[in-house]
Amino acid sequence: MSEMMTGAEMVVRALRDQNVEHLFGYPGGAVLPIYDALFQQDFVKHILVRQEGGAVHSAEGYARSSGKVGVVLVTSGPGATNAVTGLTDALMDSIPLVCITGQVPTHLIGSDAFQECDTVGITRSCTKHNYLVKRIEDLPRILHEAFYVASNGRPGPVVIDIPKDIQFAKGVYSRPKDNQHKTYRPTVKGDLSKIKAAIDLMSKAKRPVFYTGGGVINAGPHASALLRELVHLTGFPCTSTLMGLGAFPAADKQWLGMLGMHGTYEANLAMHGCDVMINIGARFDDRITGRIDAFSPGSRKIHVDIDPSSINKNVKVEIPIVGDCAHVLEDMVRLWRELSPQVDKPALKSWWGQINEWRGRNSLGFQNSDTIIKPQHAVQRLYELTKGRDTYVTTEVGQHQMWAAQYFHFEEPNRWMTSGGLGTMGYGLPAAIGVQLAHPKALVIDIAGEASILMNIQEMSTALQYRLPVKIFILNNEYMGMVRQWQELLHGGRYSSSYSEALPDFVKLAEAYGSHGIRCSDPAKLDDAIMEMIETPRAVIFDCVVAKEENCFPMIPSGKAHNEMILNDFTGDTKTVIDAKGRELV
Amino acid sequence: MSVSHYPAVSFDQTVRRHTLSVIVDNEPGVLSRIAGLFSGRGYNIESLTVSETEAEKHISRITIVTSGSEKIIDQIKNHLDRLVPVHRVVDLTLQGESIERELALLKVVGKGDHRMEALRLATAFGARTIDATVTSFVFELTGATDDIERFIKVLGPCGLAEVSRTGIAAMARGSEVM
Ligand SMILES: Cc1cc2nc3c(=O)[nH]c(=O)nc-3n(C[C@H](O)[C@H](O)[C@H](O)COP(=O)(O)OP(=O)(O)OC[C@H]3O[C@@H](n4cnc5c(N)ncnc54)[C@H](O)[C@@H]3O)c2cc1C
Ligand SMILES: Cc1ncc(C[n+]2csc(CCOP(=O)(O)OP(=O)(O)O)c2C)c(N)n1
Ligand SMILES: [Mg+2]
Repeated sequence: MSEMMTGAEMVVRALRDQNVEHLFGYPGGAVLPIYDALFQQDFVKHILVRQEGGAVHSAEGYARSSGKVGVVLVTSGPGATNAVTGLTDALMDSIPLVCITGQVPTHLIGSDAFQECDTVGITRSCTKHNYLVKRIEDLPRILHEAFYVASNGRPGPVVIDIPKDIQFAKGVYSRPKDNQHKTYRPTVKGDLSKIKAAIDLMSKAKRPVFYTGGGVINAGPHASALLRELVHLTGFPCTSTLMGLGAFPAADKQWLGMLGMHGTYEANLAMHGCDVMINIGARFDDRITGRIDAFSPGSRKIHVDIDPSSINKNVKVEIPIVGDCAHVLEDMVRLWRELSPQVDKPALKSWWGQINEWRGRNSLGFQNSDTIIKPQHAVQRLYELTKGRDTYVTTEVGQHQMWAAQYFHFEEPNRWMTSGGLGTMGYGLPAAIGVQLAHPKALVIDIAGEASILMNIQEMSTALQYRLPVKIFILNNEYMGMVRQWQELLHGGRYSSSYSEALPDFVKLAEAYGSHGIRCSDPAKLDDAIMEMIETPRAVIFDCVVAKEENCFPMIPSGKAHNEMILNDFTGDTKTVIDAKGRELV
Repeated sequence: MSVSHYPAVSFDQTVRRHTLSVIVDNEPGVLSRIAGLFSGRGYNIESLTVSETEAEKHISRITIVTSGSEKIIDQIKNHLDRLVPVHRVVDLTLQGESIERELALLKVVGKGDHRMEALRLATAFGARTIDATVTSFVFELTGATDDIERFIKVLGPCGLAEVSRTGIAAMARGSEVM
């Protein structure tokens, strides 16, 4: 069906044809025609944020929790530049987004016109792909192609920059028939001979471990189901990165907890001592490997990843399998069933014996207190009291983020939204807003720090406008705790600019934004206060006053190997555990 | 050079020169996308040549000469290949001996003996004289990079005043096509 319409109408029609129900945006001169087209329909609901950065993070939360593409609309110049952090965040964490930016009319491009910036130039390196639309004839194709590129292969953000004259221009709209792209066709089926080699290696393993990541979440809930099946079939232990939490259930006996810099003792030592590592959709990030030359020295490695450039980037692997996790896992499960290989039972038994010994160290244990709320305890209580509910968790960035990852447990994928790769403070509140829109009935909690929350606090106003009952649970330690911890470990405890001075009264702040404020500093009252938060049908800011100088352990200090972790019962001098070379690293 | 103080022990660190042919959609920004990839990730570009090769299909061929360890070269190819407008990436160096040519324009300014010597050298190298005045010559030489470099070197003392080079165009030998 072809129809004549304006460029602005094409944008809205294409969103409708892509089944986009929510669009996060902020208006301005260069997108007024699109706002006008939005006004005249009611399929696509526009969510007005309070800063464009908030729009992008909201779209990320929406996308990550629903498996759909998140969509953003911003104006030219400052609208586009405000979106840059969110776009970079989505690129790092492989989140599918389409971000439409207005641009000055084509004949003014390059003239330093009012609110002009080189949007495609600025966003070239922080998007998966971007387009400047110069002819109305190209617009329908580009709009649909953007959705294809954002969501196929390794997902990522795509920018479409549309000059204002193109938004007014009339042209023929039709929805492209095939959803293929002429050059971009990522491999989704893994090479069967490599998968066979992987199964063979796995069947002979004496000390295997599954190292799973965000790629499993990206591949959809079906991939998580297949992962569970394969892990159960093989009987092997399973750990995951920060980005992969929920793909494998935390309550399962074969679960080792998160690995990496703040991962559990058992997960990291299993990675260090394994003889076969099965990486499914993780990217050997430096928070995982620590010191590369000491990373899992005795293992042979299998790596399943849809992006060939993730393979052999940081760590050399013996069996690379390029493909989508769901497809490859399906083949693996099928082959394992067909062959039902004779695994080395005694070896696996002694491996589990070893793992259980490591578990016995109880690396997430901490010294609780009955006078002051320990942040770990606060997250534990939050987890216990929300168990069995339809809960989604987002976070800001810092110690609270790691405590959330360690003490809040996930049984399902898409329930955990965090900024992993870029580590963007200010992500959690707007992300929670996006999640709440995708899941109106769910309990959505942003586990926050008092410093991070102030980075996008203006989005409280968005929550009020759309009556989104998001819960902001601030672990208020009055420090940029993660920075303070590093200053303690690396800079002799000189807390340069990391104290959260002049904080607002969060309870009054909540009230000012038309939401409910709660403060709790007494461990004995914590449960009741949390229940009050859960049962409040409006947005809540919970100011949870916690121990100020608690460190986030376990920790692999920078520059050290997995078997050199510091645990909570560490009694040495925290100020000397990191050497000069480790200090250079981030 | 890797700046990490943790050597990636498992990778072969020998640096080699590779010539890559990249077939792309000739759309706006494709060149900056590729150049940005190299600068953003710290890869070297020794030579870069771009031209439309199939105008009606809007296809261009980009020839890139780069250098790096085997791991870096693989990364470069994978990163190029995942760019949306890229059709194909071929590593001509891995395909066996390929043909590589570039063109140089060289201006020699001077009088007397130098002038005669420059002309003699040009003949010896098989360069064409495409402009001449009483005080100058412009030569054109097409050849492999080594030939051009040698020619530049010997012309130096003869009043070589200006050089303009195209960068490399390359193709595999034999009947194999991209
Ligand atoms: C303060 C702080 C501390 C941190 N500490 C830790 C820590 O202790 N432990 C930890 O794990 N992380 C930690 N992180 C996060 C870390 O920085 C990385 O973001 C994270 O480890 C990367 O996770 P991942 O390897 O699963 O990769 P992701 O970034 O999720 O990438 C996914 C990989 O899967 C591939 N992929 C995508 N889709 C598919 C598909 N459909 N099929 C197949 N493959 C696919 C992609 O190509 C990519 O290679 C921390 C972050 C912060 C901010
Ligand atoms: C936008 C941004 N700026 C700076 C940082 C560096 N940084 C990482 S954690 C952190 C402190 C966070 O403090 P808070 O939100 O109070 O969390 P806490 O660590 O105390 O739990 C900072 C400044 C960052 N990650 N993001
Ligand atoms: Mg704090």
